[in-house]
Amino acid sequence: MVNIDPAKNPVEVLNSAIPGVVQDVVEFAGETTIVVDPQQIIPVMRVLRDTPGLIFNFMSDVSAVDYWEPGGVYDRPGRFAVCYHIYSMLYNVRLRVKVYLDEDEPEVETVSTVWPAANWLEREAMDLMGITFLNHPDPRRLLMPDDWHGHPHRRDTPLGYETVQFSFNAEEIMKHKPFAKE
Amino acid sequence: MAVNTASDAPITEWQGSIEDIKNLVTERALTGETMLLNMGPHHPSTHGVLRLLLELDGEEIVTCLPDIGYLHTGIEKTIESKTYEKGVTCTDRMDYLSPMSNNAVFCMAIEKLVDLDVPERAQVIRVICLELSRIASHLVWLGTHAIDLGAMSVFLYCFREREKILDMFEMLSGQRMMGSYLRPGGVWRDLTSDFMPALESFLDDFPRRVDDYEKLLTSNPLWLDRTQGIGVIEPDVALAWGISGASLRGSGVNWDIRKAMPYSGYEQYDFDVPLGEHGDVYDRYICRIKEMRESHKILRQAVKRLPSASGGFRSDNRKFVPPPRAELGQSMEAVIHHFKLWTEGFSVPDQEVYVAIESPRGEIGCYLHGTGGTRPRRVHFKTPSFMHIQAIPEMSRNHMIADLVAIVGSIDIVLGDCDR
Repeated sequence: MVNIDPAKNPVEVLNSAIPGVVQDVVEFAGETTIVVDPQQIIPVMRVLRDTPGLIFNFMSDVSAVDYWEPGGVYDRPGRFAVCYHIYSMLYNVRLRVKVYLDEDEPEVETVSTVWPAANWLEREAMDLMGITFLNHPDPRRLLMPDDWHGHPHRRDTPLGYETVQFSFNAEEIMKHKPFAKE
Repeated sequence: MAVNTASDAPITEWQGSIEDIKNLVTERALTGETMLLNMGPHHPSTHGVLRLLLELDGEEIVTCLPDIGYLHTGIEKTIESKTYEKGVTCTDRMDYLSPMSNNAVFCMAIEKLVDLDVPERAQVIRVICLELSRIASHLVWLGTHAIDLGAMSVFLYCFREREKILDMFEMLSGQRMMGSYLRPGGVWRDLTSDFMPALESFLDDFPRRVDDYEKLLTSNPLWLDRTQGIGVIEPDVALAWGISGASLRGSGVNWDIRKAMPYSGYEQYDFDVPLGEHGDVYDRYICRIKEMRESHKILRQAVKRLPSASGGFRSDNRKFVPPPRAELGQSMEAVIHHFKLWTEGFSVPDQEVYVAIESPRGEIGCYLHGTGGTRPRRVHFKTPSFMHIQAIPEMSRNHMIADLVAIVGSIDIVLGDCDR
């Protein structure tokens, strides 16, 4: 018979392990979001993964959000946020850890040293949202070509639009098609 | 402009920079001791457009660098410009072998954000769709995995059975492959009259078909030689790399989201979670074969449950679900709701949710962030194929190049699922 420690409250554990790291706790639709200091992301994740009673052993997802609105405004502590969705298989609990990042230099330490699974998820966020993950083992673009400028998932990147080509306007549209220039 | 033909083009040295891959391959590759070889992007056994840059010592794999992005469809970005209900039709283009699972996870994320109820009957119909999707997807996996390893006939048999499921999807949604049948609050419309007889006939027939596949493969000495002890992935390594679904259960980790965090009423169904012991290609094969039998068991129970399930095929909440066509002639309220929903869509709070379900390939998760308006701020899908491709280098090291074909087949990747 294996003795399993009873499940603990991650907010309480974090508050006692690293005082002052938890900036905000949001409860919505049965989900808990813990907003933490981005400087402390590695110690936070290590506590969540290794503390008996938490054991968040599975990295489900790393998503990046851009809070930019037309006019360049945002009503959050930072323009970007990175959401780490982690899961404890032992206690069957999901948790969202969130860090807000600065608009000018959105950067946070990589957590791929804690869960290797974060490696590609962070590369995706880096490629599409332009967030720098410091000390990432493989900081290449993942989905876009190496020479691509910009980060398509940012809210200020417009969706492309192509004028519909019919027989009556075919020649006119051909003139403006973005073919590769010599 | 003059075009150089093959005959007058000067023969030049390769101009690329070896510096680009210096830290990713071993030193031996730079001295030419080992060979760099591209497998893909269009190789039949990469199951889509996947390029694997291999560093080979003879036929042995030293390094494997997966390269994705050839199929990047921009679906997440596209959904951000659409209303929530219209976004559903984009999701089934991601994992084109099980469109219903993608529909389901996106709809469930919306339902969680706006707290929308789903009637019991709609839940049972969803379970039927999800399990049929699982069988259809596993049949493509089995057929292509077998053909990768040289067994042609299994492929033909599997596609024969899959065809029947696609016919049923066509009855439901009008589409064979990309059926956007699930909607927020339930499903698009009720089951058609010819659906249940078709399902009954499929269910009567299917167990014998699985027996046939097993007769061809399960104790076939060639199959055993090609799969046993190949691509072993230890449970702790699998967890660290975020592997999920049957690929994780092949390593003996008992985690199935249908059991751990039931959705759509899965807690009311009696089924087992098949587990492997060794974590090799063969165990992953056995797990999926058994899963097909378990799906059959769930479908039988769902068919029995359907007549007694209460509620309609979709929620009655008019703020999120359009009224039936027949009401538009009599009710002004219905006209207003219909107009509002189809022009503007419904508003969703400025909050975020993460919903995960057990797709045929593993944990598919949807992170959905509303703006308070009618279009999402951010949609991000965590897809199992993405995580599994990431782990291919771990599984393939020191194996032969022919084993890589078996490994890629065994983790059941779909590239549409990987590059959203």
